[in-house]
Amino acid sequence: MKILNLLVIIILLFNFNVSKAQDKNLNSKITKNLRCLICQGQSVYDSDTEFANSLKLVVENKIAEGMTENEIYELLKTKYGEWILYDPVLNQKTYILWALPLLLFLIGGAIIFKNLKIKKN
Amino acid sequence: MDFLVFLKKNMKNKILIPFTAISFLFIFFILYEGLNRSNVYTPETVTNKKIPKFKVKVFDSEKEITSKEIFENDIHYLLNIWASWCIPCRDEHPYLMELKRNKKLEIVGLNYKDKIKNAKNFLDELNNPYTLILSDVDGTVAIEWGAYGVPETFLIYNGKIIKKIIGPMNEKLFKEIEKAIK
Repeated sequence: MKILNLLVIIILLFNFNVSKAQDKNLNSKITKNLRCLICQGQSVYDSDTEFANSLKLVVENKIAEGMTENEIYELLKTKYGEWILYDPVLNQKTYILWALPLLLFLIGGAIIFKNLKIKKN
Repeated sequence: MDFLVFLKKNMKNKILIPFTAISFLFIFFILYEGLNRSNVYTPETVTNKKIPKFKVKVFDSEKEITSKEIFENDIHYLLNIWASWCIPCRDEHPYLMELKRNKKLEIVGLNYKDKIKNAKNFLDELNNPYTLILSDVDGTVAIEWGAYGVPETFLIYNGKIIKKIIGPMNEKLFKEIEKAIK
């Protein structure tokens, strides 16, 4: 019985740690994608300004409240605008930005493919 | 045979040269455009956003108060984020004292990441313009307001932020607030 109790405690502790670790990972993932508005060029994760430290805490609280990553982004977007996110949102203004790498990749691939075919011939 | 090779090379140049030129022009245009664009965060100062919902501690007490209770009356409110360690807050303090005289306005202070003793000394020295002071020890309430530093001031009416001042208040902004309240 004692061993069983101990086992239950160990399993519980282990699970608790895992969930905490996941929260922490999510927290750093989100704060790495947030731009520090005071020291621009740094992410909130890297920055140590008053603003960034408070924002880290807010993200932590929101995760604890059960908000998802996207919900947190949406919330911060309403408060600070899209500028706070490093990943630009896909919309009319940014579709070239998102499509260009793919287009270049396809064009480059086509050129290589064509050259290879010519060489074979 | 030589002629064919020559033709092939020429054809290549025909495509390559305009293609390179267009690419350069494209890159030049994008970089040139980028030069004229400011990359510095400039928050909007005219907003019509609803005030955030939050619960906050009243300064120097254990009492908690909700945002609904704070801004419940049918008057203008000014939420001023301040701290004793913030030098520009000293500059704008006389304007807040002046605005305190206006009966159509209530000034609420949000004490940002401050020590109670220092904040009290600050108010003893420069007088207290606030009808209510809230305490934001970890800065999370300021984030709820979309603020990013001290001082910052929000003019509120009917549950909406009608004006936002980033940085210290000056003569011009002071007059704008007086005009908005009238």
